[in-house]
Amino acid sequence: MMRKIRVLIAKPGLDGHDRGAKVIARALRDAGMEVIYTGIRQTPEQIVAAAVQEDVDVVGLSLLSGAHLHLFPKVVKLLREQVGDKVLVIGGGIIPEEDIPILKEQGVAAIFGPGTPTSVIIDFIKEKVGEKSQGTSA
Amino acid sequence: MLKEEALQAIRAAKDAWETQKVQKAIAKHPERHEQFMTGSGYPVERLYTPVDIADLDYLRDLGFPGEYPFTRGVQPTMYRGRFWTMRQYAGFGTAEESNQRYKFLLSQGQTGLSVAFDLPTQIGYDSDHPMAEGEVGKVGVAIDSLADMEVLFNEIPLDKVSTSMTINAPAAILLCMYMAVAEKQGVPFNKLRGTIQNDILKEYAARGTYIFPPEPSMRLITDIFAFCSKELPEWNTISISGYHIREAGATAAQEIAFTLADAIAYVEAALKAGLQVDEFAPRLSFFFNAHNDFFEEIAKFRAARRLWAKIMKERFGAKDPRSMMLRFHTQTAGCTLTAQQPMNNIVRVAIQALAAVLGGTQSLHTNSYDEALALPCEEAVRIALRTQQIIAYESGVAETIDPLGGSYYVEALTNRLEKEAQDYIAKIDAMGGAVKAIEQGYIQREIQDSAYRYQKEVESGRRTVVGVNKFQMEEEPPKNLLKVDPAVGEAQKKKLKELKAQRDNRQVARCLEELRRVASSTENIIPAIYEAVKAYATLGEICDVLRDVFGEYRPLDIV
Repeated sequence: MMRKIRVLIAKPGLDGHDRGAKVIARALRDAGMEVIYTGIRQTPEQIVAAAVQEDVDVVGLSLLSGAHLHLFPKVVKLLREQVGDKVLVIGGGIIPEEDIPILKEQGVAAIFGPGTPTSVIIDFIKEKVGEKSQGTSA
Repeated sequence: MLKEEALQAIRAAKDAWETQKVQKAIAKHPERHEQFMTGSGYPVERLYTPVDIADLDYLRDLGFPGEYPFTRGVQPTMYRGRFWTMRQYAGFGTAEESNQRYKFLLSQGQTGLSVAFDLPTQIGYDSDHPMAEGEVGKVGVAIDSLADMEVLFNEIPLDKVSTSMTINAPAAILLCMYMAVAEKQGVPFNKLRGTIQNDILKEYAARGTYIFPPEPSMRLITDIFAFCSKELPEWNTISISGYHIREAGATAAQEIAFTLADAIAYVEAALKAGLQVDEFAPRLSFFFNAHNDFFEEIAKFRAARRLWAKIMKERFGAKDPRSMMLRFHTQTAGCTLTAQQPMNNIVRVAIQALAAVLGGTQSLHTNSYDEALALPCEEAVRIALRTQQIIAYESGVAETIDPLGGSYYVEALTNRLEKEAQDYIAKIDAMGGAVKAIEQGYIQREIQDSAYRYQKEVESGRRTVVGVNKFQMEEEPPKNLLKVDPAVGEAQKKKLKELKAQRDNRQVARCLEELRRVASSTENIIPAIYEAVKAYATLGEICDVLRDVFGEYRPLDIV
């Protein structure tokens, strides 16, 4: 049987706006993925520890406070140090357009802003994680 | 109330209209939906008539403005006397920058201040705490000590403005800082007007800036009630908030229900602490959301007013009419703002603001069109404020009181929302009240279910969001977004270091020791916090003492 795609939805930083994170967690679960939600106010260290422990394929970061330039790259860096680049990191929240290239440069695969249909995120994850698992089995 | 014969005649005529006129029209052109629904998903009929409000008793259910049950408004003359307070929530970066923004807003005709604090301040961390990294000054102003607060209100006479502060877990500390600034300005406490949000229960349920567990948090709140009833008689000691509950996804009825359930918990806590209901209840205030569905929102405000009046009178035996008045602030719904075609948000905000005014709000914040993208720029804030001014001065809606009172639709909606909210409150009562319902995750689950339902409706196209799932277009990325200077964090750290070098550290230590003693006792904690604040103990130092004594809240996260 195919292993289900495993996703950690995480809220770094201090903001408590978790409506989006929770909606996405449920949508991914309804799309057949295993989803773990960290709860709010997680440090990058806590998020990465959870990602490693849960052996996830994807980490989805949600942040609305404006601290994304500081916190998203930190999560990517710690993940790379601990497990290499096998984990896909994506993000969402209030992220100004001009910050997106900066985040991508630092290893965030995609940013999904307000108004993104959950189906777009689901398709993106399936495609990317599919590629990766094919890559490792080849 | 109409006589039974008159109702029968209307019923018969409506049946005839439906079978003859309506069916013919539908056969030619079907209606847009089989079933219409409000923004909250409640069915909407084709037409409302006196039959739908046949049980309405004018004097019992509506009455007169300024009189029980306050359905039509809390003041006898409403906006004919004075418009609502136009109060834009603002604050970012350093105290200096925010002070400039406040002076700008006051110069533009704003009539009250509303302070946004950054997240470290709201969660009780100083700017140099590791958890504060990247967050300092981002979503509000960074306040570490009285020194920052003095700058924030520099040249703003505190006896002339009313100030609302969105602060919850550390509300007592920020209130004490405000009092200390007033003392320095020579303004007596009984002249201070304003509000602290101070509503911890909705933080657990929806907003997230909690620090301490429920029990000591409720004690801090009731200590504030007791202290202010004697020392700050004009101060709103709490702003019991449905706003964030709605933003998190709740329906209109859930917004009323969960807010009033929280309010009931506060009243019960205060009674248990030995206060008399009419001592503190007149200073309770509320905060609601103004969402998209125009009539449902207007009905929501009216239903909330009537239900609260009944609860205070019947359940808590309040005698003072002011204890029964639901006075509220409104903010337009941030979650309805779109990042796509952001200028469209100006129109959304105008409609929502109009609903708040027709619903009888006491003060109003209108969102800026660029807030799905960043903190608002000055132009966007100005348009948001002008929107209120146009409603107030040009639209004519403020010239008479509750102009939609008596509308068959609005009255039917008001009745329905009140009933639905009552049912929720009964359910929460059966669980042992709001604190228990939150601890069990019930309220959070209800909100999440509604949020998910809404999202699925948008994605299936059942619900249209202009510019998002219909009428999309290619657009240029927006320009002129406000950026908070990343140097704020460093500047705050430096200020903290200087403060700690200059203040009388022995006095600080003495005050913190005394605070620890009082926190462990049942004495009112406010005077000890006030002394610590005046000695320039930092917010983080004070919260650390309280964390030590009270412990920290650990949430239950279920998705």
